[in-house]
Amino acid sequence: MSRRVVITGVGAVTPLGVGARPLIERWTAGECGIADGFGRCLEFDPLDHLSKKEARRVDRFTQMAIVAAREAIDQAFGADAGAPYEPHRVGCVIGTGIGGLPSLEENHRKLIEQGQKAVSPLAVPLMMGNAAAAAVAMRHDLHGHCYGVVSACAAGAHALGDASRIIRAGDADAVVTGGAEAAISGVAVAAFAAMEATSPSGVSRPFDARRDGFVMGEGAGVLVLEEKQAAEARGAVVLGELLGYGATCDGYHLTAPQPEGTEAARAISLAIADAGLSAVDVDYVNAHGTSTPLNDRSETTALKLALGERAADVPVSSTKSAIGHLLGAAGAVEAVATLEALRARTAPPTVGWEEAEEGLDLDYVPGAAKPLEDGEGPLVGISNSFGFGGHNAVLCLAA
Amino acid sequence: MPTDVTTDNVEKVIFDGLVELGVERDELSRDAGLEDLDVDSLDLVELAQIVEDEFGVELRGDDVKDVKTVGEVIDLVVSKAG
Repeated sequence: MSRRVVITGVGAVTPLGVGARPLIERWTAGECGIADGFGRCLEFDPLDHLSKKEARRVDRFTQMAIVAAREAIDQAFGADAGAPYEPHRVGCVIGTGIGGLPSLEENHRKLIEQGQKAVSPLAVPLMMGNAAAAAVAMRHDLHGHCYGVVSACAAGAHALGDASRIIRAGDADAVVTGGAEAAISGVAVAAFAAMEATSPSGVSRPFDARRDGFVMGEGAGVLVLEEKQAAEARGAVVLGELLGYGATCDGYHLTAPQPEGTEAARAISLAIADAGLSAVDVDYVNAHGTSTPLNDRSETTALKLALGERAADVPVSSTKSAIGHLLGAAGAVEAVATLEALRARTAPPTVGWEEAEEGLDLDYVPGAAKPLEDGEGPLVGISNSFGFGGHNAVLCLAA
Repeated sequence: MPTDVTTDNVEKVIFDGLVELGVERDELSRDAGLEDLDVDSLDLVELAQIVEDEFGVELRGDDVKDVKTVGEVIDLVVSKAG
């Protein structure tokens, strides 16, 4: 009998606020957390959640992961309760794009200005991309598979996919998983601008004809995944299920997606097939929808290829219209948002969409949120993440 | 130009340093135990860096491994300065 993976806790820190509730409620209401061309988590103050000592030992991306993880774990296992499984049976897999970039930049500055002796003894633990996974595992006494995942904008989705596979393989009863990113910092901001990937106008408008690049965001999303029977046996409140996962690689270009969308479409098809479903069963698509000229076109192509006739009718919306592109955290934050959208039986809008482009003719849920309809049974959604480097990761969720 | 090593100077720098590392100022005294203040080996390495920067006195991991109180850290720095 094959093992299934359910979701029992979710947590988030995003430009729409601290918590999964503000994320889904404000996005559904059509709010946008982008200001001055960036999706900063203005409501997040690490000292609201961590002691001064704890806060200075971790970079911002890890601070956010810790807070999101605590919310998810409190929901899944109960506040201040331990995990209801043997510690070595609970893993922790958290993705990031670049890890502790601000800490790297600060220590590099000290190195240049004052020499080697000025570099902090904490610099390595602050910078390392696995810091979020390690910090969460330390705080919650998790002793199973634990590591960081690195695949640019797909890292958060890959982390969730890996976590589901670890459970399916029987190597864990539960995995705390997600993504975190806080790279709105010197080099990254300049580098994205230099390659003209970010929007010079500072506007995130996925699928709109006037889109001109993505808007950098920061934040973290964490979910608690559990083996279905174990979760039910312990009386857990099950929020939804991670039904399927598909992952492919374009093998095409360092940054541009393959225009025909072949491998992206395959990742979508694999995720749906892994869930034991067909295209017609998909009730909602949470797009990668970055607001770049290239992605939004190739993703539309990929959706048509993978979903066939269903593509024309299924609601497709982009969380990035409300929070910007959270890079390594995006796949996980958007999985949280997708799950909550399915639970609320409502497709949140692609905020700011107004002008159609020839060929980009799907239902992008413009204007306002709308009900998801499929009788009274569980709703099925897919969440796409297509990272720089051609990394395609698609999750199929149900609630 | 490094600061003169006197017990008072060192105490001030150590106390300020520990507060920077997250210790509550009103918990600080010469007799305060490092473990009670939640000061661990990583903190001591950072403190050593602050001390070296201020006084030019080098403290290595081995030097501080048996130190138990704030006062012992201060005395260690003063003695290392010679």
